[in-house]
Amino acid sequence: MSISRRNLLKGAAAAPLASMALPAFAQEKVKIGFIFLGPIGDYGWTWAHNKGREAVEAALGDKVETIYTENVPEDASAEAAIRDLCNAGCKLIFTTSFGYMDQTLAVAAEFPDVKFEHCTGYKRADNVATYNSRFHEGRAVLGTIAGKMSKSGTLGYLGSFKIPEVVLGVNSFALSAQRMNPDAKVKVVMIDSWFDPPKEAAATETLINLGCDIVTTHTDSPAALQILEQKGLYGFGQGADMSAFAPNAHLTAIEDIWGPYYIQRAQAILDGTWASTDTWDGMAQGEVVISPYSAAVTPEAAAEADKVKAGYMDGSFDIFTGPIFDQDGVERVAAGVKMTLGELAVMDWFVKGVESAS
Amino acid sequence: MDFMIAAIITIVGLTTPILLAGLGELVVEKSGVLNLGVEGLMLVGAISGFAVTVFTFNPWAGVVGAAVGGALASLIFAVLVLQLNSNQVATGLALTIFGTGLSSLIGVNFTGRIVAPFGSVFPDVLAKDPFWKLFFGYSPIVYFAILMVFVVGWFLKKTRAGLILRAVGENDLSAHSIGYSVIKVRYMAIAFGGAMAGIGGAYFSLVITPMWAEKMTAGRGWIALALVVFAGWRTGRLLAGAYFFGILMALELYAKAAGFSFLPSQFWAAMPYAMTVVALAIISSRGTAGASAPACLGKPFTPST
Repeated sequence: MSISRRNLLKGAAAAPLASMALPAFAQEKVKIGFIFLGPIGDYGWTWAHNKGREAVEAALGDKVETIYTENVPEDASAEAAIRDLCNAGCKLIFTTSFGYMDQTLAVAAEFPDVKFEHCTGYKRADNVATYNSRFHEGRAVLGTIAGKMSKSGTLGYLGSFKIPEVVLGVNSFALSAQRMNPDAKVKVVMIDSWFDPPKEAAATETLINLGCDIVTTHTDSPAALQILEQKGLYGFGQGADMSAFAPNAHLTAIEDIWGPYYIQRAQAILDGTWASTDTWDGMAQGEVVISPYSAAVTPEAAAEADKVKAGYMDGSFDIFTGPIFDQDGVERVAAGVKMTLGELAVMDWFVKGVESAS
Repeated sequence: MDFMIAAIITIVGLTTPILLAGLGELVVEKSGVLNLGVEGLMLVGAISGFAVTVFTFNPWAGVVGAAVGGALASLIFAVLVLQLNSNQVATGLALTIFGTGLSSLIGVNFTGRIVAPFGSVFPDVLAKDPFWKLFFGYSPIVYFAILMVFVVGWFLKKTRAGLILRAVGENDLSAHSIGYSVIKVRYMAIAFGGAMAGIGGAYFSLVITPMWAEKMTAGRGWIALALVVFAGWRTGRLLAGAYFFGILMALELYAKAAGFSFLPSQFWAAMPYAMTVVALAIISSRGTAGASAPACLGKPFTPST
């Protein structure tokens, strides 16, 4: 397709290795690149993004070609990985984790002809769009089930880092559980990693020992579910249906469905209509999907969960509606007021009933 | 009481893999070889053990498979550093990269599968009892790890073979001149180290989370390396040090879950390494010969004849 000479020269100047990518330029198809945080076999976050990539191949395989780099750390080395994809001739690059934000912008400035899509970030440029999923809508469903089913009223939340996406997840989960059980508490452990199965397992054991009988995960491996399975307790899958790893413990899961968005953006490149946008879709758009409930989910819990789901589908329900109190009991959102998406995107405080180290 | 027992069980789970891998590396280093490939060997062991268990439905066979897998991978390293005298640091690092890649490659077909966890083999009346599970509730690998601490300690201190191994590590030329095969001793030490790292890796894929996930050891091999230095190359201290590291790791999680925020979490994560530096400083300032690195550690063996 349209390979600009300017871009080619720039690529050659940026890295001597660019010559290795030259044969690829001979191809007719438009290249689309993906930067993945974990291995595509993590059965969670990266696995779901890779499913989205495969959906693009399936839908537009005659016009586009996709390439990806997995296990890219969220540090300065991500810049080199993104640049490699530019030099390989990609016209559109998805960087699929929060920690690639500044690196994406830096490389985007070097390659103005390449379009970038950064997942879960908030910084944009003329050739950098951002996109995100309203995972917190799914967390509201999980919190509803957990609040209804927990006997101890103490729930565990295995998190990664204290970034807005995770804070939103914790708050949505806690507020939803408290709708079912006003005394419900949520204990949070952030393990400072997205993927560390031994630490995820040990953290889950710790939460259980501190009284949690349901633990939800915001990290990427099924480790927590396997511990819950061994203890005869319950949890939820993250990013994908993880019931194969814990047939009894797995109540349901939040599935991230990226395919439709990726296809839409790839089509925009083909049509020449791509523009820098900020997309934050959720359940109503089919981007956040709740897996089938397991047999262990009680009918009452399932009914309440379905109500939350239906409310998000038709827009009549939003868990982030006041009154909302913070951990110190101060009212942060007045009764009846809905938090805007802009406010949610930068939320950095936990709600009442969340017990966390920071 | 129940709370303490559950906490101790978590600590044992955190400790056992680094104890196994550290014990293997201690023997390797005692023979004068520095193998920085422990992380890669653990991953090879994790996938070997998991794969064998998937095919045989027998976790014991899986543990043997993990040991064999780890030993075979370590022999690649052995050929390079012993036969070809390649730089041990560079070769060890390369072994980690190789082991990570090899385990991912083998693991492609095992992702998404699970096996039954390799738990306690004692009767449920002991293994599931609220109190007695403190002693009987563990995978056999846990008891094996502690037993091996004493076996290795006895071997190094009390047996003739152990004396030869230490002689090779302290002064390879002297050992060579009185007729011992330095290369042969080091081959065996490296293979033992590989087998132990492999079993340590299998503890992840068979016991803690009975599944395969790429890079599932998440850096525990590096902690095992630090542990050997922290222990001053002594088996008793290795056991104590492994549990000390395990307690630190558990403390981090308990502090967070209980809502204490008096120290940033990165502080806890850095503790094993910081403590290793402190231990090194203490060891070198006291200058006690018995607790310092083997004299030939990391040096290629190049006899003039």
